[in-house]
Amino acid sequence: MNLEAIKSELEAAVPGCRLELVANPSPSGQHSLRIDSAHAVAVALTLRDAPGLRFDLCSNVTGIDWPGKQTTEKVKLHKLVDGTQQEVEELRTTTTPGSLEVVYHLFSIEKKHGPIVLRMSTIDRDANVHLPSLTPVWRSAELQEREIFDLFGVVFDGHPDLRRLLMWDEFVDHPMRRDYVGPDDYEYEPTAHDEVLRRANQHLSEGGGR
Amino acid sequence: MVGEGILKGMAETARNFFGSYFRKDRLTTVQYPEQRDPPIEAARSFPFLVYDGEDWQQGMRCVACQICEKECPPKCIFIEKSKDKKPDANGKPQFFPATFNIDISVCMSCQICVEVCPFDAIKMDVVTDLSSGDRFGGLLLDRQRLAKSDQYYNSIHPTEAAAVDARLAAERARQEAKAKAAAEAKSAADAKLAAVTQAQPEIGGPR
Amino acid sequence: MNTIADPTAQPELEPLSETSKEQLLEIAMGPQHPSTHGVFRMNVVLDGEHVVRLKPVFGYLHRNHEKIAESETYLGSMPYTDRLDYMCPITNNWAYALAVEKLAGIQVPERAEYLRVIVGELTRLQNHACLIGFLMQDMGASGTPLMYAFREREKILDLFESLTGARMMCNYMRFGGCRVDLPAGWLDQAKIVVAGFPRFLDEFEQLLVGNEILMDRTQEVGVLSRELAVSAGISGPMARASGVDYDIRKVDHYSIYDRFAFRVPLGSHGDVYDRFMVRLLEMRESVSILEQAMRDIPAGPIVDPKMKVRGFRPKPGEAYGRIEAPKGELGFYLISDGSPNPYRYRVRPPSLINLTVLEDLCVGRNVADIVTILGSIDIVLGEVDR
Repeated sequence: MNLEAIKSELEAAVPGCRLELVANPSPSGQHSLRIDSAHAVAVALTLRDAPGLRFDLCSNVTGIDWPGKQTTEKVKLHKLVDGTQQEVEELRTTTTPGSLEVVYHLFSIEKKHGPIVLRMSTIDRDANVHLPSLTPVWRSAELQEREIFDLFGVVFDGHPDLRRLLMWDEFVDHPMRRDYVGPDDYEYEPTAHDEVLRRANQHLSEGGGR
Repeated sequence: MVGEGILKGMAETARNFFGSYFRKDRLTTVQYPEQRDPPIEAARSFPFLVYDGEDWQQGMRCVACQICEKECPPKCIFIEKSKDKKPDANGKPQFFPATFNIDISVCMSCQICVEVCPFDAIKMDVVTDLSSGDRFGGLLLDRQRLAKSDQYYNSIHPTEAAAVDARLAAERARQEAKAKAAAEAKSAADAKLAAVTQAQPEIGGPR
Repeated sequence: MNTIADPTAQPELEPLSETSKEQLLEIAMGPQHPSTHGVFRMNVVLDGEHVVRLKPVFGYLHRNHEKIAESETYLGSMPYTDRLDYMCPITNNWAYALAVEKLAGIQVPERAEYLRVIVGELTRLQNHACLIGFLMQDMGASGTPLMYAFREREKILDLFESLTGARMMCNYMRFGGCRVDLPAGWLDQAKIVVAGFPRFLDEFEQLLVGNEILMDRTQEVGVLSRELAVSAGISGPMARASGVDYDIRKVDHYSIYDRFAFRVPLGSHGDVYDRFMVRLLEMRESVSILEQAMRDIPAGPIVDPKMKVRGFRPKPGEAYGRIEAPKGELGFYLISDGSPNPYRYRVRPPSLINLTVLEDLCVGRNVADIVTILGSIDIVLGEVDR
């Protein structure tokens, strides 16, 4: 089951879609296909219905948080300073916005092949977190996309019932994000380590408690 | 006949019920706590620290390397290393844990601490009735409550303890043989040096 | 009931008119309920006895297992996987070990594979027996079939205790093999237990299969069509009862299942009775696999000699490893960034995904059928909520 062949078949069937092969350096050999949000549903329908592919089982839908990075580097450039061209060193900060990624693992029950891995990314982690829902294509994505909405914050357009799954409805924030700060509700931690020890010492210095 | 399936099922339950008066394998209830099932050797409940000899402080095998503390998944072990060394059961000066606490309300008996300990110092106990009335601290076992003798370890896990003891004894014998060989080599070298200096005239002329 | 035309469509629910809304009763089944297999809540809207809507509420047992795994080493997550599907800890360990072995390219020696199959199939036996027992218990057979199943389960749990040290939270698999080898006499004891299983299954079948009350309450109840099962990602005995011929042991050829001759039972109706019968027949197939494995197990190492317990850092990459757990397809998706802790650790929970169709199966039936249908889906809340 050649991922290159599948990619060319999809590009032929869904004109205008942008697919990218993402290599997987581990020995598992499970390379993935990055698809763009605009054509995701069309690509998914082709994968499900094309006679040679028939990927009818959407086995696993995962959310991944890639936080943004800020890198500062010294850059030498020519600038006009007091009328003369001088070489000046400047600190340039580049911020990559980070994204939320959704990964689909597809198998074929009819043809007994698989897995094929699809990836979709949001534009950033704050305002542009919309992705098309693949629930109209595979019903098994329904609860899993709800979970990604709950724990990561990706909003799936076209999902029939998008609400929180594991956290309660009034909960704010998205717990599985890398920058999530949990509530400060430590009570009694006799064998505290790392973060818990830091919080416990903070409680002690603030006075009261164990 | 209507109800034939139900009657066949009732015959099955009747066979089990009346059979329990005659056959042991149909009467499987064990009247706990008056009767108990025979204890299984490999069972594990919570960790304990092994000490050799009679004195639990002197003979404790733990050298506070803190590997178990790092590998423990729920982080229920808390160790504070001592500042000074004290001789262990073999006479070699080792660090020892000034504090060794295990919170057994957090411990999940996964036994990873036993797996990673390089000194066979922490092993799994089998006692299960450890309930306490004190919610804060009653389930925090300090190193005195955790320390149990090697004889106790042999009594609860005979096969495993025998293997550990054999391995430690072999290691000790190997170290002793190495030390003896080193001492013999050193004394031979000293004797040779003494013989050589005796044969040579004193440097600097006779006084 | 879903039409065959579009299996992905949401259930066709009759719109609620204003007058009928006053006659409807909304009840919450759970989270404290003896028959919901854990802390599970269903908001059920009833018209008399008939179910009009059913919305499950998840998350009462959410323990953020996936986030904990991001701060633990790979080995440190192994005891946590025991507690996912807490009825089958060993298959959870196996799925996780398989995913890590795929991620890092670790080989498993032959004896370890045989050991894995033996304890894995013993787990499947005790899970299916318990499930049937609990299904009968929920239907009102107040414990008799359950206690028959538990009698056999006790024998299997004693085997686990003498091998791994714990009856349930076994923590038995390691990356590249198993943690500890068989003690003396274990294999003979296991052979005795497995030899006694067919007689137990005969008794169980005689007690249950022809029972008219059982047949009345389970046949044509909760019918799951084949197309909906495939689309909703249903896996395991629930899918096979609807006629989906997909057993991961046969499809993925993982471990050494290719060496064992066993059949895969399929149902044709997709109702509760079929799911119960498929599990009974699967137990017989598991006994056959066990007999073959215990006969053929070779000597040798039980773990890959190159693997160290501490300091395991797989190279960056990702892998998805899955097995045929007793509940369905249990998969682990791991992303490594070269550090001792995984970057992303995801459990593909069969119990949660099998619950996708709960509303489809229950709408239109009586309240009493909800418990029967939920019992036949075979959920464990530890896995649903993680």
